[in-house]
Amino acid sequence: MATLFQGVGAVTPFSASSSLDSNKLLLPSRKSLSISDSRGSIFVYRSDALNLKAATRKQDLLIPNAVATKGETSTSAKSGHELLLFEALREGLEEEMERDPRVCVMGEDVGHYGGSYKVTKGLAEKYGDLRVLDTPIAENSFTGMGIGAAMTGLRPIVEGMNMGFLLLAFNQISNNCGMLHYTSGGQFTIPIVIRGPGGVGRQLGAEHSQRLESYFQSIPGIQMVACSTPYNAKGLMKAAIRSENPVILFEHVLLYNLKERIPDEEYVLSLEEAEMVRPGEHITILTYSRMRYHVMQAAKTLVNKGYDPEVIDIRSLKPFDLYTIGCSVKKTHRVLIVEECMRTGGIGASLTAAITENFHDYLDAPIVCLSSQDVPTPYAGTLEEWTVVQPAQIVSAVEQLCQ
Amino acid sequence: MSFSATNFAQPRPVPVGIRSNEKSLSSDPFRFRFRGSPSFLGSPHSLRFNPTPPLKLAIPHCRRSTAAAVTDVKSSANMLITKEEGLELYEDMILGRFFEDMCAQMYYRGKMFGFVHLYNGQEAVSTGFIKLLKKEDTVVSTYRDHVHALSKGVPARAVMSELFGKATGCCRGQGGSMHMFSKEHNLIGGFAFIGEGIPVATGAAFSSKYRREVLKEASADHVTLAFFGDGTCNNGQFYECLNMAALWKLPIIFVVENNLWAIGMSHLRATSDPEIWKKGPAFGMAGVHVDGMDVLKVREVAKEAIERARRGDGPTLVECETYRFRGHSLADPDELRDPAEKARYAARDPISALKKYMIENKLANEQELKSIEKKIDEVLDDAVEFSDESPLPPRSQLLENVFADSKGFGIGPDGKYRCEDPKFTQGTAHV
Repeated sequence: MATLFQGVGAVTPFSASSSLDSNKLLLPSRKSLSISDSRGSIFVYRSDALNLKAATRKQDLLIPNAVATKGETSTSAKSGHELLLFEALREGLEEEMERDPRVCVMGEDVGHYGGSYKVTKGLAEKYGDLRVLDTPIAENSFTGMGIGAAMTGLRPIVEGMNMGFLLLAFNQISNNCGMLHYTSGGQFTIPIVIRGPGGVGRQLGAEHSQRLESYFQSIPGIQMVACSTPYNAKGLMKAAIRSENPVILFEHVLLYNLKERIPDEEYVLSLEEAEMVRPGEHITILTYSRMRYHVMQAAKTLVNKGYDPEVIDIRSLKPFDLYTIGCSVKKTHRVLIVEECMRTGGIGASLTAAITENFHDYLDAPIVCLSSQDVPTPYAGTLEEWTVVQPAQIVSAVEQLCQ
Repeated sequence: MSFSATNFAQPRPVPVGIRSNEKSLSSDPFRFRFRGSPSFLGSPHSLRFNPTPPLKLAIPHCRRSTAAAVTDVKSSANMLITKEEGLELYEDMILGRFFEDMCAQMYYRGKMFGFVHLYNGQEAVSTGFIKLLKKEDTVVSTYRDHVHALSKGVPARAVMSELFGKATGCCRGQGGSMHMFSKEHNLIGGFAFIGEGIPVATGAAFSSKYRREVLKEASADHVTLAFFGDGTCNNGQFYECLNMAALWKLPIIFVVENNLWAIGMSHLRATSDPEIWKKGPAFGMAGVHVDGMDVLKVREVAKEAIERARRGDGPTLVECETYRFRGHSLADPDELRDPAEKARYAARDPISALKKYMIENKLANEQELKSIEKKIDEVLDDAVEFSDESPLPPRSQLLENVFADSKGFGIGPDGKYRCEDPKFTQGTAHV
């Protein structure tokens, strides 16, 4: 029951005024999109690995000027449509349900209630109660049911009302979702998407403020992506649904009300590619989900101080896009990782290992990883703030690294 | 025990007891229960509670069943089997029994490793249920899954070879004893942890309903059987799925193979109300208790339940009271269970009982049954030979089925998908 209140109270889907956090962050990737729009359909779903030519690849994804500067909103008003992140997720979901009748949604309050963050609002009326299935509060069983449905021909999206609740489904996610394709000798596929809101919100208390990426990342056979903008939320949702692999899509409780203009044309993103948020020369900052915005806030300060940081939203938490990351490391020779995940065994730790293994020779300084603290997320606002990485910490970490 | 093997000896077929005031299962599904057992379960009384508990716990001595009173049984036309059906059942049970005996041999000869859970004694359940299914129907099993696979039609060669860890196994040697799958035969596992298969089975049943009602596939009347044991019935997933299956009227049958023991934990020491079938009505579905040592009774109950599921009238919980003739796994010395209890159930061996029934009812003669046994011996010799000669999985297989779409391994430093690297097809890449 706690989450219901959280859903209605903490993030009111229709109030654009939203929270402090998202207000700060409305702008960053706007410009990039208008550029993209003018080029037409460059948002191609890369279904064939052979298309992955290094040269074109990076350009296509470039989001050149994410640090907000004046005058950038004017061009974006022309095409596309503006929506909030949760609406973008919903739009992606609806398009896929329209395209493929095997796509269905199951979870707590996804149907008549429309989802605690309204990602499935109106879908039950449109597609009926079986395609948008309100389940009893039995995470392990309805997740397992989604897996069974996926094995027998459906393409379910399982919503965890809060990512933390998926701990109750851990056995199904790990043993069955992750391993059945392998143990069955490749006979059964599990095209399932497991998604939901996670991360540290605004004083939601320890259990509703979990950073579970670290828990899920060592499950074999599962891909994990984290969305951070309405644009990539929609594109990743669609890609996840179309993937033959099980995918966990991480959403962040504080980002649902981010607003952005996205293309009217259909687009699907690659699940495996990182997103260049801001190209730069001095240092590579790798981040994802909500921390992207703390990084961009810090980037403003850093630019003013004369630094030119390169910011990459890694987006794919498993596997890492080693190409985009590597190209950046080879250019800047310095790496700062900023994540909200737990420090021990977290995404940052894995990223550090991957960079050291692959690009050690290009590094001029040790990798610095700013993670949130290994504490149960405290309720009190002050303590909670000290738990996650703040922009000022990022600024000083960059200053130190670039000395 | 009134459901002893001697029931088979009666010239007239013994029906699954349907209380005389109950016309049929479908007319009153919630009151259907197995007749003929004045007290529930065959365990010695001493097992129910420790007579001298070390702590003075006030345990109410009330485990005696209030459910089953002996009532008159009447014959049922459905009970009759044809000669062909009888021979098919016999052959399937012999296959299950002989296969497991062969597994034990091969295990002790070092041909297979790990945990191997044998099904001896429980054959009437697998055969009684699965032989009534169509190929499109789905079976979900547990770690004790070899015989379910065989009954569903997975060739003995493929199952044996899987146990040998060979590339020709039904899961290419990647699953093993507790993870048997066959897409062709709609066997969707093979689940090694307690209870985790039940939600997956519920999902398969959901798929059937979805295909019929959303995708408008009129032919989608497939039924799912979920097998599991008495120990699982104390696990939350069991209850959660009973609820969902009844709630949405899913075409599923929950088949409890109550062999009275969860490794070393007596069912009576683990379960507040040991009559598992009663949990069906509690969730609004039919609950049935049947003698799991009697294949014809099991078959009768199975027929009702499968028909109910197929016509869209929802799930059934069937408790089959059975017994395993071997330890929990081949690693279990089986020292805990009372020899008298074992002997009592051994005397009710479902295969001997069927044999006796068929001969006494002139459905088959000794010679015909012998020739089936001989045929199965040959099948198994062939399976062992095939498995022995089959190649071990090559290194190239290591990374092949981690992801259905190998792009899941991601993009390498060179900008290409890592799966394009020959090391992935060779199985030597680090992932």
